[in-house]
This record gives sequence, C-alpha cells and structure tokens, in this order.
Amino acid sequence: MKLKPTPKFYLRTALAVGTLLWLAKTLLDVTLSIAEASGLEMESGSENLSKTLEAFFFIAFLIYYRLRIDKAESNNFVDLIWRVFAIGLVTTITALIIDLFTSSIADTKLGELPYLAKFLFNINELLISLFLISTFIVWKKLILYQKSKRLLIWWNIFELTLVASIFFYLTGLILQESLIFQILYGVMTIMGLLLSANLKWVAYLNFKQKWKSILLVLLITIYLFYFFITVYIEPADDQTFANIGSLFVVSLFTFLMFYSLFSLLVILFNLPTSSVFEKKMEEAINFQRLSQSIQQGENEHQIFDVLLNSAMSAVYADAGWIEILRDTEEPELRSRNISRANISKVRAQIAQSKSKSVLKSPLEKASDRDRVLVTLRKSNFKSVLIIPIEVKGEISGYMYLLNELTDGFNKEMINIINTFVSQASISVENFRLMGEALENERYKEELNIAKSVQRALLPDTLEHDDRFEIHGFTQAAQEVGGDYYDTFRLGEHKFAVVIGDVSGKGTSAAFHMSQMKGIFQSLAQLNLPAKDFLINANTALSNCLEKTSFITLSYFIIDTEKRTLEFSRAGHCPTLYYSKKENASKFFQNKGLGLGILRNDRYANFVEVNQMEFEKGDILVLYTDGISEAANSESEEFGYERLQNLLDQNSHYDPVMIQKVCISKLYEFCGNKDLDDDYTMVVIKFN
Amino acid sequence: MIEVNQTTENNYLLITVEGEADASSSIELDKQIREAMDSDAKSILVDCTNLNYISSAGLGVFMSYIGEVNDKAITFIIFGLSEKVAKVFSILGLDQLLTIKNTKEDAQAEINGL
Repeated sequence: MKLKPTPKFYLRTALAVGTLLWLAKTLLDVTLSIAEASGLEMESGSENLSKTLEAFFFIAFLIYYRLRIDKAESNNFVDLIWRVFAIGLVTTITALIIDLFTSSIADTKLGELPYLAKFLFNINELLISLFLISTFIVWKKLILYQKSKRLLIWWNIFELTLVASIFFYLTGLILQESLIFQILYGVMTIMGLLLSANLKWVAYLNFKQKWKSILLVLLITIYLFYFFITVYIEPADDQTFANIGSLFVVSLFTFLMFYSLFSLLVILFNLPTSSVFEKKMEEAINFQRLSQSIQQGENEHQIFDVLLNSAMSAVYADAGWIEILRDTEEPELRSRNISRANISKVRAQIAQSKSKSVLKSPLEKASDRDRVLVTLRKSNFKSVLIIPIEVKGEISGYMYLLNELTDGFNKEMINIINTFVSQASISVENFRLMGEALENERYKEELNIAKSVQRALLPDTLEHDDRFEIHGFTQAAQEVGGDYYDTFRLGEHKFAVVIGDVSGKGTSAAFHMSQMKGIFQSLAQLNLPAKDFLINANTALSNCLEKTSFITLSYFIIDTEKRTLEFSRAGHCPTLYYSKKENASKFFQNKGLGLGILRNDRYANFVEVNQMEFEKGDILVLYTDGISEAANSESEEFGYERLQNLLDQNSHYDPVMIQKVCISKLYEFCGNKDLDDDYTMVVIKFN
Repeated sequence: MIEVNQTTENNYLLITVEGEADASSSIELDKQIREAMDSDAKSILVDCTNLNYISSAGLGVFMSYIGEVNDKAITFIIFGLSEKVAKVFSILGLDQLLTIKNTKEDAQAEINGL
C-alpha cells in the first residue's frame, strides 16, 4: 500500500525537519561556544555549517508556514493579523523572560556559562525567526488580496530573491562593510517598498475591524522594532550594532516593518471614509436582492418593499412610500416611517408647492415619466423626490422619498435610485410575465382535458343493421367545440341516431356534452317517440345547463322493418336528404327550438316531428355548423349549397367515400386556415 | 370586437350592436342588455344592422333574457339582421321566441301598434 502524501503530511514533515534543524544548530552552536571557551581550535567550516543549518531551518519553516497559513482559505484579515500578533506576543514574552533571566544571572556563575547565553540566544532566534516568517506569509496574503497578474509576477520575483538571499551568508559579507551587500539590500528594500503599496484589503474592513486592526498592527510594529533591537544590538553594548551578516533576515525585517507602518497609516486615514465604502457595499447587495427573481408563492409586494427600503437607506431618506397603481380607484400604498394620514398631508402640500424641479434634460418634453424634486416649506419634510416606476413601458406606480433637510437629495443619490428603480421594474415585469405564462399553461391544460373528454364521448361503433350503412367522422378544432353524435339500438329493427352541438367552447362545452350523452343513453332506452324524447331531454337539460348555454340536436328513429324515418330538429342545422328517385337532395325544413332555451312546459309547443319512408339508395347527411359556417380567407362561408351539390354529385358512393369527398372539398375551400370549430359529419345510406 | 350603444328615442330604448358577438364580446353585450332591462324602459329595440357575426355565446346572451322579457312584459324587438345572422336565429328557433323585424320602421310600427 502506497502512502499518498497529503498536505497534512507535508505540514508535519516541514515542522519536524525545521525543529530538527534548529536543534542541530543549537547543539552545534553550544558545542562551538564550549570549545571556544575551552580554547579548542575548531574547523573553520563549522561556522559555516551552523549557518547552513540555519539556512535550511529558514526554508523548512517557510514551507511550514506557507502550508499552514497560505493555503488556508480564510480571508478574514483581522483573524490573520491576530495570529501574527499572537505569535509575536509569545515571542516577546519569551524574549522578555530571557532578558530578565539573563540580567538576573548576569553576575552569577551561571551567567558566565558561555553555552547558556548561546542557548538562550538560539531560543530567541528561533522564536523571532518563526515570527518573521509567519508575518511574512500573512503579509503576503494581504498584499496579494485581489492580485493582478502583474502583481503576482513582481511578488514572485521578490519572494524568490528573498529565499535566494538566505544563502547569501555563503559569501561571508557583512552589510556594514560590503558594497554588494548594501546594493542588494537596497534593491530588496525598494522592491519591498513598492510591493507595500498593495493595501486593498483595508477597504474591506468595517469600522470595528479597522479599529481592531490598528491596535494589532501597532503592537506588531512595536514587536518588530523590539526584535530588531534584540537581534542586532548586543545586550552588553547598547550603542553599537552587531555585524549584520544575514541579508535574508535584515531584508525581511525591513520589509515587514515598512508594510506594518504603511498598513497602520492607511487604516488610520481610511477611518473617516470607511462609512462610504460600507454604504457602497450595501447598495450593491440591495441591488442584487432586487435583481433576484421573485420565487413562486411570493408576490410583487416584496419587490416594492425591498425597493423602498434600499432606496431609503441609500439616500438617507427619513421616510418614504410607494404608490402602486392597480385597477381599483385607490392606489396600493407601501410606506415606511410615515402614516397614511401624513401621506395625504404631504401629497396635498406637494400639489400646492411652487418649487418643483423636473430632473431631465431640457430638450425632452415634460411627461409623467419625469423624476421630480419638490421643496416643501411648511412640512416636517423639506425635500421630496418623486420617481415613477415603469413596467413594460407603462407607469406602474410612483415612489416618494422624503427628507427632513432641504436639498436632501444630490445627484449621486438620484443616480443610485434610478438604477434601483430600473432593476425593480425588471423584476416586477418578470414576475408578471411568469404569471401570464402560468395562466397560459393552465389554460392549455384545460383545453387538453376538454379534448380528451370530448373524444371519449363519441362512440367507437355505430349501431346499424344490414338495411343501412352509417359512417361518422369528426375533426376536432384547436378550441374544443361540442359536437356529439351517437346511436342506440331501440329494438331489433329500430335505431336511434342523434347528432348535436353544444354551445360554447372549452371545458364547459365538454361537460355539457357528457351530460347530453348521459341523457341520450338513458332516455333512448325508453324507446320514446321523437317528440317525447326531445321534451324529456329539454327538461333534463334545463336543470344541468348554464344560464346562457343550449344544445342543438337532431334526433332520428330509423325503423328498418317498416322502412320509416321519424325525425325532429331541435334547433340543429337542417339535415340533408338525398332521394334516389328524384336524384336530388334537399334540406329538411322542419321547425324546431334548441334544447335549454325554453326551460319549461311550453317547449312542447315547439317540437315538430316528421315522418317519411326511405328508399334504397337514399342518403341522410347529418352535420354540425362547423361545416356550414367554415370560412375561407375571404370570409366566405362554405354554406349549404356547396354541401348539397357535393351530395348530388357523389350520391353513388358509399358513406365513407361521400364523407371523405365532402371533407376534402371542405379543406380545399378553407385553405390552410386553422379550424375554429369542429367538423362533424354522419352519413347514412339506405340499402 | 363589439360596440354597443344605448340611447332613448321617443318611447323606446334603442340599443345599437355593431361588430361581432362572440365569446369575448358577449360579456359587453350582456352588460348593456342588463342595463337596458334594469332601466324603466317598456320597449327596447335592438339595431343589429351592423352586426356581422354572432356565435353561440352571443345567442346565449339574447336567449337568457327571454324569460325576463316575458315576465316584465317588455316589448323587445330585434331588427336589421343580415341574412346570414337572421338564418342563425331561425335555425336555432329563437325567431319563435323573440320578435324579429326587418327594418326599424317595422319595429317602430310594432311598438306603436300595441
């Protein structure tokens, strides 16, 4: 099993290696100082070895802190600074303790032990190095906040140079004596200075955070100074500088100090303006809230409320309200910090005020889409800003913002308001569009249901015997009509055939159609004569139908034994009958009244029934007004004559063929228009 | 679309119906006739000279007032129907329940003849 190196593994390795290196170095130093004290000659390389160990110790901890701090996702600046401060505090306290301890044992035997001093010095050095390196990593994070590509390149160069400088000790040069050292130091200082100009993170602190940071950074700066002194000024001799041999350490110190100072000053000077930045952030957040689409189940109010609140806080308005124009007489009001009574008062004052200025370019014409600034003298509120809210090109409402100070609204504020209002308008428009789309969906669903109901009600097979052929056809329109046809076997040689049309369209027509079918199927069983059927059907429907609905019907009783046809027309289109003997077709002209029009006993007076005998080859064509009223693009109707002619010309065909011919001619006539009513046809041919 | 206007003339209320009486416009037609029925008019004339089309919805509106017209003994006369529209009324059988005349003069004569 192969061990996969996780980040935690690297972290721990770095820590372990670093610690080991320090221990090794300390051991070496202590040994060296003992040897020195004892007068032993040590190899010249051992100084270098110590420095080498130190160099790698630096690198180990650079890696460690990099992994620990750099990789952490937290962008909580105060948190990071606090960490640095904490390390610094520990280091300072330790240094102070060591200092105290050293001075307390200065005159004792213990104090003369060379290796003790070296040991303590190494402890200090460890802690200070850790502090420097960790601070460096944190400062890196701050500088690289919102970095650009360019900045990153410059930083990497700087960091690389710094790491390379760890090994500068190999030259053995000292700052105070070597020009090269000084030049390199100068270059690195300048690089550090330039990079220190990146303080964008300061802007993102709020007021409280800024104060905290000032305190922490101040203390960190103090620590840095203190450590600098500890390292570079010999405890024995307060005046002279020790030899500065490490380019790395001294450059690091310089850079860190400069950045701390800069940060401190910048935070300090940003304190007065921090509220502006915070306000801008708030505006951006409010804008985002306005632009979020309203969820289902919520309503428009919320957008207007957010708009009002955002607008008021953006311009420090003391009060405000939004009037939303609805279909009702009074507009809907959403207000804040002002009562309804006061709203009326202020509106009256606005109407009377003479100091109104319209905010627009002087070239545009005045309209109600103007933003108006009003100055009121006698009110609590001295300045008023009126902004129209437009949705889909129409004024949907007005927002009134009030301020107790005169000239309370400046150009900046008005601009912000405009963006808020535009965004709110878009959100409201989206919300309304969504509502319409949902309505449409619901309507389409309804239509689909109506269609499937209608389809289910029409019979699959039509009853007949061998004395006649019967064929039914229906083509449903987009908007469901209410065509209906059906048959019923009344007896061995007796059949009822019905065709009907329900008034209206859509789901209600489908419902009425199912009621009609029920009534037909029940009443037909009673084998009633045509007149009684219609009277009973009328009574039954009178209770079911809506106030303005009616059903037209044609009812036929075919007796194949007696070869008779009994029929009655309840307001339906006149049936077409072709007589083979006369070789001509004509429409039955009997009186009738639609069902559900006269909802009382008087209906019986309007039922006319006819009887006739049919011959072989005679044809009965039942249809609905969808066919007779079908119009072409010139608004000409298909009409009755065309149907009549078609039947005359095609009378030799069987019912299926007749129907096909008629319908195809119908389509030809109408062209490519969409059907707006159903086409229904039932053809009966007698054998 | 439909346009319905009402005026009082002489001894009757004249309703002019123009355009198309379909499902969407039947609401307006219904409203106007309702208004006419609620007024004190004893005679109502409906001028359908410019009525181009009537659907079952429009027919339903007229039909729904038949009962009331009879109960309140109001003279309700429709005139000026085009051939096409008149045929629709007669197929349905409404011409047996509503008074339909050809011209305005005929309609006025009917009122005055009573």
